[in-house]
Amino acid sequence: MGEGPLPAWSLPPEEIERIRVEAAWPERVTRAWAIEGATGSGVRVCVLDSGVEPDHPRVGGVQGAVAVSLGEDGEPVVGDDAEGDTCGHGTACAGIIRALAPDCEIHSVRVLGAGFTGSGPVLLGGLRWAIEQGFDVINMSLSTTKRQFAEVLHELADTAYFKRTILVASAHNMPVESYPWRFSSVISVGSHAEPDSLAFFYNPDPPVEFFARGVDVELAWMGGGVIRATGNSFATPHMSGICALVRSKHPQLTPFQLKSVLHLIADNVGGRT
Amino acid sequence: MSEDGFRAAVAAGVMGADDAYRSLLQSVVDVARSIFGAKASSIFLLDEEADELVFEAVSGEGERSLIGMRIPSSTGIAGWTLVTRQPLVIEDLTQDPRHAREVAERSGYVPKGIMSVPLLADERVLGVLQVLDRPKRPDFSLQEMELLGLFANQAAIALDLMQRTRRAKAALDAVGGDVEIVARVAAALDDLTEGDRSRAMRLLEALEAVLRA
Repeated sequence: MGEGPLPAWSLPPEEIERIRVEAAWPERVTRAWAIEGATGSGVRVCVLDSGVEPDHPRVGGVQGAVAVSLGEDGEPVVGDDAEGDTCGHGTACAGIIRALAPDCEIHSVRVLGAGFTGSGPVLLGGLRWAIEQGFDVINMSLSTTKRQFAEVLHELADTAYFKRTILVASAHNMPVESYPWRFSSVISVGSHAEPDSLAFFYNPDPPVEFFARGVDVELAWMGGGVIRATGNSFATPHMSGICALVRSKHPQLTPFQLKSVLHLIADNVGGRT
Repeated sequence: MSEDGFRAAVAAGVMGADDAYRSLLQSVVDVARSIFGAKASSIFLLDEEADELVFEAVSGEGERSLIGMRIPSSTGIAGWTLVTRQPLVIEDLTQDPRHAREVAERSGYVPKGIMSVPLLADERVLGVLQVLDRPKRPDFSLQEMELLGLFANQAAIALDLMQRTRRAKAALDAVGGDVEIVARVAAALDDLTEGDRSRAMRLLEALEAVLRA
């Protein structure tokens, strides 16, 4: 990341035409404009988690799976993942995304489950790799409390934002500092208790920016099963699925624009009309 | 204060740390169980060096003989909670017989519902607190999740403090047992009533004079 010559941070008059943006916006941004008819087709979603059970009926296959581990030199290494899911968390998240955006691609990047030691560098290595792959959406239903990783995570979150990758991260509902959900370049998600998977609310009182379905959610579970559970971990993939829908219908949107669209079509802002 | 004097003061401060630590762990699970009206509560603490979770305390249903049992740090629901740092509530664990059996082997008790929350002290994760089989409510309340988080936070602060005290005691024990008697005397003095204490102090001053003679 950061290769190539530094661009000039100014806009000479002759360059204005070069950056002209076609105004494809409707008079009013509605939910129908944003996602109606969208299936997630053409969108690549990354599940940065504990792996994904690819043959789970609710997951419907994955288009790629890698595992991140620490190499002999202590640096993270990315390799093919043949193990699937180590604890069930990633499969649960992938199942939610698949239910909302049935035609999206799902790519698993396993950063959890290889043990507690070294989990921070593995998480950073996995996120860095995922950003380099240019995924449209990265689902992070996890966070770290280690301040030593906060600065690098912040840089990675900003890099994703500038590279048009939507980073969707679980907020913490405990009174502790954790990352990356607190960074403004990500879409942070808490839970609401409505039973509607497409219902989501904009929070005018950040740092949590959106609330999505996270209570009593039916989840894909280990061994092909299904279970009901509650947690911000499950609100996040709901938001990732909705992002995938918007992205599949409006692939040109930058993360900044997409976040604006989400605000405009949230249930407590523009509503369902 | 001389080095020995300092050691004695620290030793007095950490006396009884192990007993207090066990009491604290038991109190955490007892209170967690009581807050939610649950059938049981248990606590796993992380052994970072071994990369394992250790089953430390249980309240209510569950096998006390399993206390001390170890599991890999990232397996099962406790491991899930630890590695994601996120609280989790599952209402119907028995839908997954394989997992239910795994939990049963760990705790000697098969719960239907489980609330699992990480114990986070500042930037470290100390372990996982679980509340098993609270009464099923028609609608799960997000307030319950908030309450669980708040209580886990308080428990983690106390556990962190206690763990520091135990480390101080371990460091002192490693230095040598000479100050132990001084620490015990200091602790005994602290427990005396005002009148007894002033008499004990006169006795100690006399002892000091003899020792220095």
